[in-house]
Amino acid sequence: MSYIPHTDADREAMLKAIGVDSIEALFDAVPEKHRFPVLDLPDPMTEMEIAAEMEALSRFNVSASDYAIFLGAGAYHHYIPSLVNHMLLRGEFYTAYTPYQPEVSQGTLQAIFEFQTMISRLTGMDAANASHYDGATALAEAVTVAMAAHRDKRQKVIFSPTIHPHYREVARTYHQNRAVKFSGDRSGTATMVDLADMIDDNTAMIAVQYPNFLGQIEDYTEIIKAARAHGTLVCIVTDPVACALLKSPGELGADIVVGEGQGLGIPMSFGGPYLGFFAVKNEHVRRIAGRIVGETVDGDGRRAYVMTLRPREQDIRREKASSNICTNQGLMALAACVHMTAMGKQGMRRVAELCWHKAHYAAQEIGKLKGFSVDTTRPFFKEFVVTCPKPVSEINDELIYHFGIIGGYDLGKDFPTRENQMLLCVTEMNSKDEIDMLVAGLRAIAAGELHDGDHHHHH
Amino acid sequence: MENSTPQPLEKTSYELSQPGRQGIRLPDPDVPLTDIPADLCRTDLDFPEMGELDVVRHFIKLSQFNYSIDKGFYPLGSCTMKYNPKINEDMARLPGYAHVHPLQSQGTTQGALALMYRLQEWLCEISGFDAVSIQPAAGAHGEFAGILMIRKYHIDRGDVKRTKILVPDSAHGTNPATTSMAGLQAIELPSDKNGDVDLDVLRKACEQHKEELAGMMITVPSTLGVFEEHIVEIIKIVHEAGGLMYMDGANMNALLGVAKPGELGFDVMHYNLHKTFSTPHGGGGPGSGPVVCNEKLAPFRPGPVVEIIEEPQDEDDAPLYGWVMPDKSIGRLKAFHGNFGMHVRAYAYISAYGSDLPKVTHYAVLNANYIRARLKGTYLMPFDRMCGHELVIEGHWPDKAPGVHALDISKRLMDYNFHPPTNYFPLIVPEALLIEPTETESKEVLDSFIEAMLKIAEEAQNNPDLLHSAPHITPVKRVDEVKAAKDLVLCCRPTHIESAEAQ
Ligand SMILES: Cc1ncc(COP(=O)(O)O)c(C=O)c1O
Repeated sequence: MSYIPHTDADREAMLKAIGVDSIEALFDAVPEKHRFPVLDLPDPMTEMEIAAEMEALSRFNVSASDYAIFLGAGAYHHYIPSLVNHMLLRGEFYTAYTPYQPEVSQGTLQAIFEFQTMISRLTGMDAANASHYDGATALAEAVTVAMAAHRDKRQKVIFSPTIHPHYREVARTYHQNRAVKFSGDRSGTATMVDLADMIDDNTAMIAVQYPNFLGQIEDYTEIIKAARAHGTLVCIVTDPVACALLKSPGELGADIVVGEGQGLGIPMSFGGPYLGFFAVKNEHVRRIAGRIVGETVDGDGRRAYVMTLRPREQDIRREKASSNICTNQGLMALAACVHMTAMGKQGMRRVAELCWHKAHYAAQEIGKLKGFSVDTTRPFFKEFVVTCPKPVSEINDELIYHFGIIGGYDLGKDFPTRENQMLLCVTEMNSKDEIDMLVAGLRAIAAGELHDGDHHHHH
Repeated sequence: MENSTPQPLEKTSYELSQPGRQGIRLPDPDVPLTDIPADLCRTDLDFPEMGELDVVRHFIKLSQFNYSIDKGFYPLGSCTMKYNPKINEDMARLPGYAHVHPLQSQGTTQGALALMYRLQEWLCEISGFDAVSIQPAAGAHGEFAGILMIRKYHIDRGDVKRTKILVPDSAHGTNPATTSMAGLQAIELPSDKNGDVDLDVLRKACEQHKEELAGMMITVPSTLGVFEEHIVEIIKIVHEAGGLMYMDGANMNALLGVAKPGELGFDVMHYNLHKTFSTPHGGGGPGSGPVVCNEKLAPFRPGPVVEIIEEPQDEDDAPLYGWVMPDKSIGRLKAFHGNFGMHVRAYAYISAYGSDLPKVTHYAVLNANYIRARLKGTYLMPFDRMCGHELVIEGHWPDKAPGVHALDISKRLMDYNFHPPTNYFPLIVPEALLIEPTETESKEVLDSFIEAMLKIAEEAQNNPDLLHSAPHITPVKRVDEVKAAKDLVLCCRPTHIESAEAQ
């Protein structure tokens, strides 16, 4: 019976202690008509069989461990130091739960405290919480914080069209029954100046992404100026990997910084589990959702950590809580904490610089190809936009088939004006050889030189 | 400012840091360099600088301050702290799952899609529902999905006034919080003396709010660990008033193969894969909270969801799986597709039991009732009846040991090397201790826990100070929560504010 340790003798002794003669008798309260339905499930499997079946199934996926990958758009293939996984596999961490009992949870609590610190320093904020489900839900919850900061007296929230499309969608799902009006992103073409002009006294928050969904670093000066003038909160969605190199969102003038922490030691894992982070200036700490760990002392005067500002949360405030979040992404926060600590001050910057140099090398080489053009109107970090001579899906099919390369993101899917535009991502994981192969592949595909059966890659 | 700084158990990474020390080394760039404009860059990053071995020792040391399932019995009620099989961890880390990008094309992800599809099918079969979305990231996220679906269903029928959700007072805090977050109003229903929904109160509430009733959220078995006697009746009353029924499925460990919520008449429910299907709790998460529903609500599911796009040509062929957005979807609830790594683990777990899955529930309920039978007479029990997979007791003896509280019992349990049960939940039982043993614990473990509980009951009368001053053997003593909230130190020192002041 897989993970159930009972012997027949145990079962009989226990039933006797309870005073019933069968296990079935424990369920008399369930309406008889509905009791013990048949479950149509496969036969039980042993560990050996499970491993064999699931391993075989996994081979139907193309993975970044066998293929070169230039796909980003919110999920990234970054290096994960070996020790991160070793720490995550400590049962003491991953088989514990929320640290409700601080006396037996100081490990989890201190790790969260250090995580909060590093996220605060990276983003240039004063405080951070212990995580949200992902970057998208963190943005949705930022809207809630901004509404509350204005005591629900303002209705308008402006989104830059260059925020990740999934994030904008999730925020709309979250607030569909509430008095929030989203604007700014629908046409898909609003510039930072246009957005700054939309800010008025009814605007609770404006959100931008930095670097934006297209990888670019935009100039937020006008927006921040207008937001200040109208008392509008500025939320910056950011990539923590970029923050190790670029000016922090706090330095730019953000009040709230959210984003996806997957790039900090968490595998792509087909989209989750990831790590939403949420950081704010001091004046908003009491409004944010989720777990927050604070420092204190124990009965002997020793330093200790504990979950704090608990009265914000659903288990105490119930229908008055601003969010229902309970289980979060704790272990992913630990992964990020270990990752950032192991990388350290130098490693974090080094990774960001490698991304910059490799992405720029790739962009320069692709820019030289006939039929392709690279958008260099703004500085970019690790992603950039390439206009292609053919539909992106066709190019990607050829890249994977002939070159073993997972190509970029098809921007035409989300932005009607960006048909045939591909968003390419280059990280420290892409060697010069891989980049050169990508360039050669694009050249051959544009020239129509490839034939079925030509394979340029080996694995 | 105090002069003596409190001594830490373990210094923070910032305190362990030495300027110039290097952690993980990275290769030199193998491409020509491109200038990074200085005006884009930050000048400093206040981060720790530690050697690799120091980092490992730091986190190992921290891990040793934790209690965990791998270390011992963790009967945290409502959380289903069962064994997290090691093979599940290995499966989630297979490169063909762990290193797949969520936006890769359909053709390059058929393995992942097949796995998600089969899991979706199993979750429908186990719950007796017709449709599912495995996108929600946790139980509360699944609740949010379900309540938004109910609201959109009514709106879709032009029934826009339905904005009220009935929630029993025994409900988990996420239920009322979900209701508000979805823009609806929670109406609390008092329970009767047996811990059940009071049918008269329910009828009155349905009558009173008839025009505005969107539905009801209820946990089965209830958060008190008991199977609601009149569940079918409750469902009927709410349906007759035009409301839909949401089941909080956090306690599904008590129902596998025992009852199917869809067959009982519920319209929608969430699972917690991190409870029922053994995906680890991770010190607070991640979880996964699939939402399952009947045909009525299927068009409103969050998406996209996995469907078969092309049936196989012949028997040896596999179908082609792909992403589909339900046509009246409430929308996307998360970037990408949900906590896939948790789907992989739950898949491995359900594969292990297969058609034996009901045994999980049989033994979970056996274990809980065994503890109940043996603590009866020593501890006050609010209800004298068979329990489900967990039991609630009262952690006090007003006459025999005045001044002893549930919290004292919890803290004293730590001295016996057990994790405490859930304290003070459900809110409607005084000094509640909610004990959930799960099926993976052996009789010997339960016996030693029971012995400790009986011993603590004696101590409560003979030597209550032992309880008040507990725990004695943990890394830290009881901590000062008031100070934490008052001083609000949320980052390692020095904070920006302090360092700015120091300058
Ligand atoms: C009864 C009940 N409902 C809902 C939840 C919320 O689930 P989650 O923590 O996964 O969001 C929990 C667990 O915490 C619970 O015990």
